[in-house]
Amino acid sequence: MNQVATLVRPELVCPAGTPAALRTAVEAGADAVYCGFRDETNARNFPGLNFSAQELTDSIRFAHDHGSKVLVAINTFPRAGGETLWHEAVAKAEGAGADAVILADLGLVAHAAAKHPKLRLHLSVQAAASNPDVIRFWAETFGIKRVVLPRVLTVPEIAAINAEIPCETEVFVFGGLCVMAEGRCSLSSHCTGKSPNMNGVCSPPSHVVYREEGDELVAELGGFTIDRTPKGVPAPYPTLCKGRFTAGSYSGHVFEDPVSLDAAQLIPPLIDAGVTAFKIEGRQRSRAYTQAVVAAFRKAVDDHMAGRPIAADMTKRLAEGQTTTSGAYKKTWR
Amino acid sequence: MTPTATSPALVMGPVLYNWPVDRWADFLAQVADEVDVDRVHVGEVVCSKREPFYADRLPEVIERLQRGGKTVVVDTLALVTVKRERQLVADLAALDGVEIEINDPTPLATLAPGRRFAVSPLVNVYNEGTLGWLAARGAWSVCLPPELPLVSVEALAREGTRLGIETQVFAFGRLPLAISGRCYHARIHGLAKDSCRYVCAEDPDGLEVDTLDGEAFLSINGVQTLSQDCATVIGEIDALLSAGVNAFRLSPQTGDMKAVAATFRDRLAGRIDDAEALARLAAAELKVPRGPSMMRRAWVPAGATGA
Repeated sequence: MNQVATLVRPELVCPAGTPAALRTAVEAGADAVYCGFRDETNARNFPGLNFSAQELTDSIRFAHDHGSKVLVAINTFPRAGGETLWHEAVAKAEGAGADAVILADLGLVAHAAAKHPKLRLHLSVQAAASNPDVIRFWAETFGIKRVVLPRVLTVPEIAAINAEIPCETEVFVFGGLCVMAEGRCSLSSHCTGKSPNMNGVCSPPSHVVYREEGDELVAELGGFTIDRTPKGVPAPYPTLCKGRFTAGSYSGHVFEDPVSLDAAQLIPPLIDAGVTAFKIEGRQRSRAYTQAVVAAFRKAVDDHMAGRPIAADMTKRLAEGQTTTSGAYKKTWR
Repeated sequence: MTPTATSPALVMGPVLYNWPVDRWADFLAQVADEVDVDRVHVGEVVCSKREPFYADRLPEVIERLQRGGKTVVVDTLALVTVKRERQLVADLAALDGVEIEINDPTPLATLAPGRRFAVSPLVNVYNEGTLGWLAARGAWSVCLPPELPLVSVEALAREGTRLGIETQVFAFGRLPLAISGRCYHARIHGLAKDSCRYVCAEDPDGLEVDTLDGEAFLSINGVQTLSQDCATVIGEIDALLSAGVNAFRLSPQTGDMKAVAATFRDRLAGRIDDAEALARLAAAELKVPRGPSMMRRAWVPAGATGA
C-alpha cells in the first residue's frame, strides 16, 4: 500500500505571545495559533505578553482571513473563590470567535461543556491525560475533541492511544521541555511560592538572583542554588528541573540537562502514529524566533507530505546553541 | 466512618517508597495493632514495577488492618500509561468491599456510577467547581494538593462541608511535588527505567537531593520528587479545624510514626499545644519538620537551620 497517498495533513499549532507574533506565525504558515489572555488564566502569564479581549478579537479576524485557526489557552487551575475570572475567559474566547479553548481543570471543563456547548474544547497538556482510558473519560464525559498529550509517552504508546480513543491528539515537537508530567509538578511552588498550575509561571525571573562568587556565577531561585557556572561560560536560565544538584554520590543534572525538545525527525512516525496536530512551545519567545521556527516546521511537514525527507539539520540553528533531545518519545529517555 | 466535627479523622497515607515487602508488611502490622489512626491507605502509587512485590501480600495486610479496627483504602497508580498499569487501575476500580482512592482521573473511566471513592492529594483539586464535580461523581473524601495556600484550603473545606464530603489535608510528611515518566533513581545510577535494578529500594525515605552549596532541597523516589523536609500543619490546626477540615493525612516514612500519630491525635483533641506537639515531632527520629512550606511559610521550629 502506498502510505503517502493515505497521509492526513497534520495541523501545525504555533505559539503567539503577542498580536504581532500571531500575525508572524500565521504568515509563516501556521495552521493554527494558540495564545492566552493577559492574566493568570493562562500558563504563560509573563509580563508584557498575551492578549486583551479586543486584541484577541482582532487577531482571530486576521487569522481567519488568512485561513488559520486560533486556539485560546485557559489552562491554569482556577483559584478557589475566584473561578469567575476563568469562566469569563471562556466566554470571552467564544465571543471573540476562537476555534477552540484549551483547558486543564476538571471543574472548568465541566463548566465550559455545560455553558458553552458549541465551543470546541481541547484538553491542555496540563491535564496530563496519559492513557486511552482517561482520554475516553474526558471525551465521553465532556465532549473533548482533542487532547494535548503529556510528554511522558513514547511514539508506540502514542500510536496505541490513538487506536483506542474517539478524539484527536496533539503533541509537542519543539521548544521548552517539561521533565515532569505537566500540571502535576509543584517544584516551582515549593521553591518560590509561584507555580504553573496556580500562577501560570515556572521558576519565575522575579525569584532569580545571580551572584558572583570567586570564579563562578551562582544562579539562585527562591534562595536555593540551582546552578554554578564558571565565569565566561554561558549560564543557562535557572529552571528548577534543569539545575545541578547532588544526590548521594552523584553530582550534576539530577532531573534533566538544560536541553530543549526537538522532535522534527519524529514527524513521520508521529503522523503514522495517528497524531493530528504538532505543537511548538514558546509563547514567550521573540517574533524572529517564532517566524524561524514556524517556517522551518512548515517546510518539514510539507516536505514529508510531498514524500521528501525532512532535512536532518533543519532545526539545528533554531535551538540557539542549546542541546536538544527527543525526550520521552524515545524509550531510553526514561 | 465519617468523622464528626469534634473528632477529625487521622489517616495513614500510602507508603510512597520502595520498602522491602517484609518491612512494608511489618510496618502495616504495627499500624494495625499499635498506631492510633482511623484509616490506613495501601497500594502502589508511584511505580507499577514495584507492585508485583506486594500484590500477593496485600489481602493479608488488609485483613490485619481491618482486624485492628482500621478502615482500609486502596490507592491507584499516580501515572498510568501502559496496558498493565491500565489493567491494574481497572481491577482496583472494580473491587468490591473496600474503599479506593484515585491518584489521577483514570479510574473515573471505569468506576461504576454510584461507586464512592476518595481523591488523593495528587489529583488537581484547586477550586469549588472541581470539588463539586467530584462530589457529584461519588467522591466522599478529598485530600487537597499540598500546593494550595491556606486561604484556598479554607475555602474548599467550607465548600466540602456544604457538599457533605470530607476535606482532608496532607498533614505530615515529605510533600509529594512531582511525578514523571522518567526515573531519577535509575538516571543517576546510569540506568534506564526499564532496567532499573530497583535501585530506589536502597533509599527508604527517598534519596536526598541537595544544592551545590550543600543545602537540603528535594528528595527523589523513583519517578517521584518530594520535598526533603517533612512538612507539618501543626501550627495551622485551629484554623483548619474551624474552616471544616476534618481529616489529617500522615505520610509514612522511617522513624516513629506511632509517635507522630499520637502527637496529632493529642493536638487535634486539644490535649497539647503547638509547642509541645512540635517538640514531640522533633523527637520522633524524623527529619526536622519545617512547617507547611507551601500552605504557609511562616513557621521554622527552634533549633532548625536553613530556609
